[in-house]
Amino acid sequence: MSSPSTGSGIIASTAAELAGAIASGEISAVEVTRAHLARIAAVDDTIHAFLYVDGERALARAAAVDAKVAAGDKLGPLAGVPLALKDVLTYTGAPTTCGSKILQGWIPPYNATVTQRLLDADIVILGKTNMDEFAMGSSTENSAYGPTRNPWDTDRIPGGSGGGSAAALAAFEAPLAIGSDTGGSIRQPASVTGTVGVKPTYGGTSRYGLVAMASSLDQPGPCARTVLDAALLHEVIAGHDPCDSTSIDAPVPPIVEAARSGDVAGLKIGVVAELAGEGYAPGVEQRFRESVELLAGLGAEIIEVSCPHFTYALGAYYLIMPSEASSNLAKFDAMRFGLRVGDDGTHSAEQVMSLTREAGFGAEVKRRIIIGTYALSSGYYDAYYGQAQKVRTLISRDFESAFSSVDVLVSPSTPITAFPLGEKVDDPLAMYLNDLCTIPSNLAGNASASFPIGLAPEDGLPVGLQVMAPPLADDRLYRVGAALERELTARWGGPLLDRIRDLQEVAT
Amino acid sequence: MALSPDDVAALARLARIELTDEELAHLAPQLDVILESVTRVADVAADDIPPTSHALPLTNVFREDVVRPCLPREAVLAGAPATEQDRFRVPRILGEEA
Repeated sequence: MSSPSTGSGIIASTAAELAGAIASGEISAVEVTRAHLARIAAVDDTIHAFLYVDGERALARAAAVDAKVAAGDKLGPLAGVPLALKDVLTYTGAPTTCGSKILQGWIPPYNATVTQRLLDADIVILGKTNMDEFAMGSSTENSAYGPTRNPWDTDRIPGGSGGGSAAALAAFEAPLAIGSDTGGSIRQPASVTGTVGVKPTYGGTSRYGLVAMASSLDQPGPCARTVLDAALLHEVIAGHDPCDSTSIDAPVPPIVEAARSGDVAGLKIGVVAELAGEGYAPGVEQRFRESVELLAGLGAEIIEVSCPHFTYALGAYYLIMPSEASSNLAKFDAMRFGLRVGDDGTHSAEQVMSLTREAGFGAEVKRRIIIGTYALSSGYYDAYYGQAQKVRTLISRDFESAFSSVDVLVSPSTPITAFPLGEKVDDPLAMYLNDLCTIPSNLAGNASASFPIGLAPEDGLPVGLQVMAPPLADDRLYRVGAALERELTARWGGPLLDRIRDLQEVAT
Repeated sequence: MALSPDDVAALARLARIELTDEELAHLAPQLDVILESVTRVADVAADDIPPTSHALPLTNVFREDVVRPCLPREAVLAGAPATEQDRFRVPRILGEEA
């Protein structure tokens, strides 16, 4: 582990190390924030992880943490640690655009619950991260503000929709980030950038202030470079929120304890038979197999499990999600916030609405709104949306049946490693296949996470392993993730991200 | 199924998006491919299966009927595309002939 007390040591440190050094007075929160802002200034022209850098406010908040340290006040476990916030969550005083032109420059009048909890925990928000427009995509290429680049290979995608948050971590621009996951938007970017991403149990984190894509699927969650950092952040943002009617009124599972333990002895781990084979890269399958063997070596019991309806999950998802999205995005009507086009005194409100949505939405958003409109229209409802909802029931039953015999399920996080920018940008169906493994957990609402398990031999790019746990058993994700991290880091002789090329060399 | 550009235009009108002819021609085949692929859900025999609209069993959630401060008017109007007399200003809502 690097020492947090020096310049390059600061940005390479974990959030837990930084928090400890800040609390003990070894370094100041201002120094830590300055080091990350300097890193952003040095590499973000290349990476483009951030849509907005909130440097002045970050430094002021860091100074407030230092004042608390000086006064001997009690601090939270992540006080003073910088964080990158996905631009889908509102934060007053900074624009929330969701990567869309329709919200360009919109400053929200309230904080999301997740944002407020970060602020209450004295976490320092560095800025807002890039994303596919309204979180619709798997590559960030659907951002109206240009794509984010993968720090492992800047000609490749960083995943999506939360590619900005994942790239900020892998480029050492921030040790912590927040994402949101509707069909894999936390886990797939984590997988292709060699970082950790967790989708909590649906209802485990509040959606208040999260700009909705598909309300029954969306869930904000933690992103980090280590399992413990993700758990510490998860604990800060989780818990019941009366402002979200689907928020679970129950204690947060013991996730930090599980992340510190990493004991998988006796744990029953199910390998999902349907999430393998055709379409999966050889290096992805190889690293996955090795990791499963490693878990077996640590005393876990490995059982092959069949979830027969998972093969229909993609179809059900691409009906349910656009249906909800077409309804949620109806609020972008050019009347109360955001862009307005054609308001020249002759066009009617309805014409202004249509002109604004044409100018303000990108191609993928239009595709999904139209698919959703089609699936919900009379005459098609039963065959599409109704049938998709029934398939959703069957997928939940597959999970219930699997979890009656195993404690967690595992699969690759995504079938392939990071692909070149532009490769799938005009082939929506090929893009959708990136979410093949992650979608079932959104449909069923259970907890799910991606952990780095190495580089694919054929291309040297990161591979992720997905762990799926029953609803409210989020702690099991961290138990498995911590076991993998401990063993693999020991074998590799350091974290996976030690092997990333230095970005400043790339930039020059 | 074969979605034509005219079908897409009709759907876009319902969704209040003014698509150009080029967009209609570009989107129609893409949407067709997507719809063809999602139609796979029809292969599942699910006549007796109840639909799931939500991952969790939901019950209505009530809160105490307590007055809480709402957002200040200036804060709400600050993000509006146009305001007048402390209100949202909108284009005319009736047709010329009305």
